[in-house]
Amino acid sequence: MTKVLMKGNEVIAEAALRAGCRAFFGYPITPQNEIPEYFAREMPLRNGTFIQAESEIAAMNMVMGASASGARAMTSTSGPGYCLKLEALAAMTLTRLPAVVVVVMRNGPAFGTMNAAQEDYRMNGNGGYKVVTFAPSTIQEAADMTFEAFDIADQYRNPVVILADGMIGQMMGSVDFDKLPAKREHLPEKTWALHGRGQRNGKSEFLFIAEGKNHYQEKYDAETILYPEIKANETSVEIVDVEDADIVMCAYGTAARMCVAAVEAIGSEVKLGLIRPRTLWPFPYETFGQIGDPCKAIICPEINIIGQMIDDVRIASAGRWPVHHVGDSATGPLTPDGIIEKVKEVWKEMKV
Amino acid sequence: MSVLYGKPESLNDVPFTFCPGCTHGLTLKLVASVIDEMDMGDDTISVGCVGCGGYMPWFMNVDTIFSLHGRAPANATGVKRMNPDKLVFTYQGDGDLASIGTAEIIHAAHRGEKFTTIFVNNTTYGMTGGQMAPTTLIGQKTTTSPYGRDAGLCGQPLHICELLSTIDGAKYIERVAVDSPVSVRKAKKAIRKAFECQMAGAGFSLIEILSTCPTNWGMSPLESLERIRTEMIPAYPLGVFKDWEEGDK
Ligand SMILES: Cc1ncc(C[n+]2csc(CCOP(=O)(O)OP(=O)(O)O)c2C)c(N)n1
Repeated sequence: MTKVLMKGNEVIAEAALRAGCRAFFGYPITPQNEIPEYFAREMPLRNGTFIQAESEIAAMNMVMGASASGARAMTSTSGPGYCLKLEALAAMTLTRLPAVVVVVMRNGPAFGTMNAAQEDYRMNGNGGYKVVTFAPSTIQEAADMTFEAFDIADQYRNPVVILADGMIGQMMGSVDFDKLPAKREHLPEKTWALHGRGQRNGKSEFLFIAEGKNHYQEKYDAETILYPEIKANETSVEIVDVEDADIVMCAYGTAARMCVAAVEAIGSEVKLGLIRPRTLWPFPYETFGQIGDPCKAIICPEINIIGQMIDDVRIASAGRWPVHHVGDSATGPLTPDGIIEKVKEVWKEMKV
Repeated sequence: MSVLYGKPESLNDVPFTFCPGCTHGLTLKLVASVIDEMDMGDDTISVGCVGCGGYMPWFMNVDTIFSLHGRAPANATGVKRMNPDKLVFTYQGDGDLASIGTAEIIHAAHRGEKFTTIFVNNTTYGMTGGQMAPTTLIGQKTTTSPYGRDAGLCGQPLHICELLSTIDGAKYIERVAVDSPVSVRKAKKAIRKAFECQMAGAGFSLIEILSTCPTNWGMSPLESLERIRTEMIPAYPLGVFKDWEEGDK
């Protein structure tokens, strides 16, 4: 196949289907509606299950049931619905059930605007868990990450979140489904999947805490075995010109695309570098060690107020550089011009 | 020596840990016996809940998933859709089902999900120490209705069977009690009928079981059984609210 032009949300749905997702449970919310709508059309034709659930809570708990039954299961939502899914997401991390959760972020609470935003970086359920969190910046990346997310979820028996901003969901772009990442091999067999004890010669399975461990053992193993392994294997980042940059920007998703536009507009006035995390967890902390001596400051553009990822950027910077937020203004969301203005302001301060 | 009476195979060989006089253990035994009698032990998936009924998975010797408070019907929906030929049931208390989980139970019935719910109504939140539930009777004292449930403030008790029987996707709905040997036998028959309705692919089925909670009611086991007869059954009439016969769809 060659490149086709498709909307980001539909690309995500198609990539999931190609990854073998055959169970989708969702609830309407802008700006992700094209995902459930795509599944509603395709699942009956591709031998899968689509349910429009009564709420995001129910949708996520249906994902849990389908995943426990061995299926590749997925749900998608935006911030207000993501809040409602967190209890079940947290439970799935503890019971070690794989799934893919797509969050197409928008501005503000349920009665906010529907503008694209990056406001759900910090969203976390109870229980102290970590999930691989992808941040696509292009339509092709949305496809690649969604496709790979299912393998990663199965490999580690841990859910994966795709944190896309509304722009990625709503924008049309070119995608080549032949260029999807290779399928991972040797994924663990789902011997635990619930199909009745007859499947296991009469030995019943109780999916509460995996392998009959207790809570503390499961969490301890996550901290000492599972999460270090994921960090070592799955951290993904794009690094551009950080060795000799005057200022390094760190951004993900659509904000990172704005950074590229800012670099072009600023030209040789200031040498700009870019760190673009593709995974927000694991966050690419070590990458900041590659930043060269000329660097005077870090700017962290995000489509929100105050900044969310900026906390991780500060940790990664460890006091070596001042870290500045630039984000939404009183008139609207972050723009490339807003980034350019911030760069100039910081650069001016640095020179005096 | 021949065994005349034994534990159902679908129960684990561990003692129940419920309070003395609590009918959860008896009810689980009924469920397990029906599963065995239908020869479905190898092909059953049970969905646990949060509450005292949440201990069910430790006692049942069938494939089991534990679900979050009120969400068992959503969980069971995912399980059953992936396992359309298996026997799937949720086991839920009245706080779980009639309060926090009303959306999930109504919509599971509404979609006509082909699983069964065993609904244990003991008119209180047992696990958390006896708070008021939507099913708490008028005048009943609980830790959060210390002066007795006041209909003016808290409404009348919620009648789940009556409510669900208005929904087309619900195909078999019956309320039973476990206060006497006769009622226990009826309860077992009801559970079997609901499971058969499910396996025939007819739709959603639910059996409400009027149960005891001696610890939180502050009653002896015998007084508790008596309370089912004198207070609960008058408020929650027993019977079939939605009937289904073999061959019906
Ligand atoms: C989201 C959430 N809220 C509250 C609780 C606390 N909780 C645990 S058990 C329970 C009550 C269960 O009562 P009921 O469903 O009536 O079952 P019973 O214990 O009486 O059998 C509650 C509120 C919880 N675990 N999760």
